[in-house]
Amino acid sequence: MLSEKEKKLIAEILERLTPVAEDIGSDALLRMFVTFPGSKTYFSHLDISPRSAHLLSHGKKIVLAIAEGAKDISQLTVTLAPLQTLHAYQLRIDPGNFKLFSHCMLVTLACHMGDDFTPVAHAAIDKYLSAFAAVLAEKYR
Amino acid sequence: MQDSWNTSKVSKMVEWTDFERATIQDIFSKMNYEVVGPAALSRCLVVYPWTQRYFGNFGNLYNAEAIIANPMVANHGKVVLHGLDRAVKNMDNIKETYAELSVLHSEKLHVDPDNFRLLADCLTIVISAQLGKAFTGDVQAAFQKFLAVVVTSLGRQYH
Repeated sequence: MLSEKEKKLIAEILERLTPVAEDIGSDALLRMFVTFPGSKTYFSHLDISPRSAHLLSHGKKIVLAIAEGAKDISQLTVTLAPLQTLHAYQLRIDPGNFKLFSHCMLVTLACHMGDDFTPVAHAAIDKYLSAFAAVLAEKYR
Repeated sequence: MQDSWNTSKVSKMVEWTDFERATIQDIFSKMNYEVVGPAALSRCLVVYPWTQRYFGNFGNLYNAEAIIANPMVANHGKVVLHGLDRAVKNMDNIKETYAELSVLHSEKLHVDPDNFRLLADCLTIVISAQLGKAFTGDVQAAFQKFLAVVVTSLGRQYH
């Protein structure tokens, strides 16, 4: 459950990340590939070496989608409808991986924001990413 | 999907690469336990409020500010981190090192072992905020592997 304060905080943080979406996203993805090697299996068709074009563009896409959803969290199901379909019928990424990616996003944010990534901010973003992942997986079955 | 908390590793010796050993020793040798311990535990209580159930007698845990300022939380954070130090000093023997602590957490404290993972994740976040760019993917993987072994060992004596 997200309070109005938390929704505001989330929107603020993610707006600040939008200009560096490429760096944040690719960093989080890379962390996930190294820490949880099973997640690499979904990217066998791409070059996911550090700073590769694929990694950067993919990372950017993901973070921009997360930022977009944060603009109006109450509308998440509407905003994510196309992505829900994509993930359920085409990508079919096991939703357990959303948790792994979310964790790595949190680590990336901590590295990026240092002390600004306060426990309150951490809690809010963690809750948002859980909600995001749950909505993303809604059409799976 | 890879489960990072793979319990099948427990029955075999954990193998550490030179990089992993060096990374763990390096991180912990530079760590201020008196700061990191309280930071990790208070963060856990804020981010995962249900973990507060184990700290009923710690006084005011009403909101984030209270938790972060709470001296009992801070103290306990230090206790936990000094406990972690034992694993750092006995990396080839973590399972045995924590056998008694595991029994304690199960029989006396009745802590759901899933909570160990939550605290481990918060510790990872605290360290990454401190180390910034130096906390690369490889360093993170080593750190998380270490914590995963600790978490598994602490949960091992539960029945």
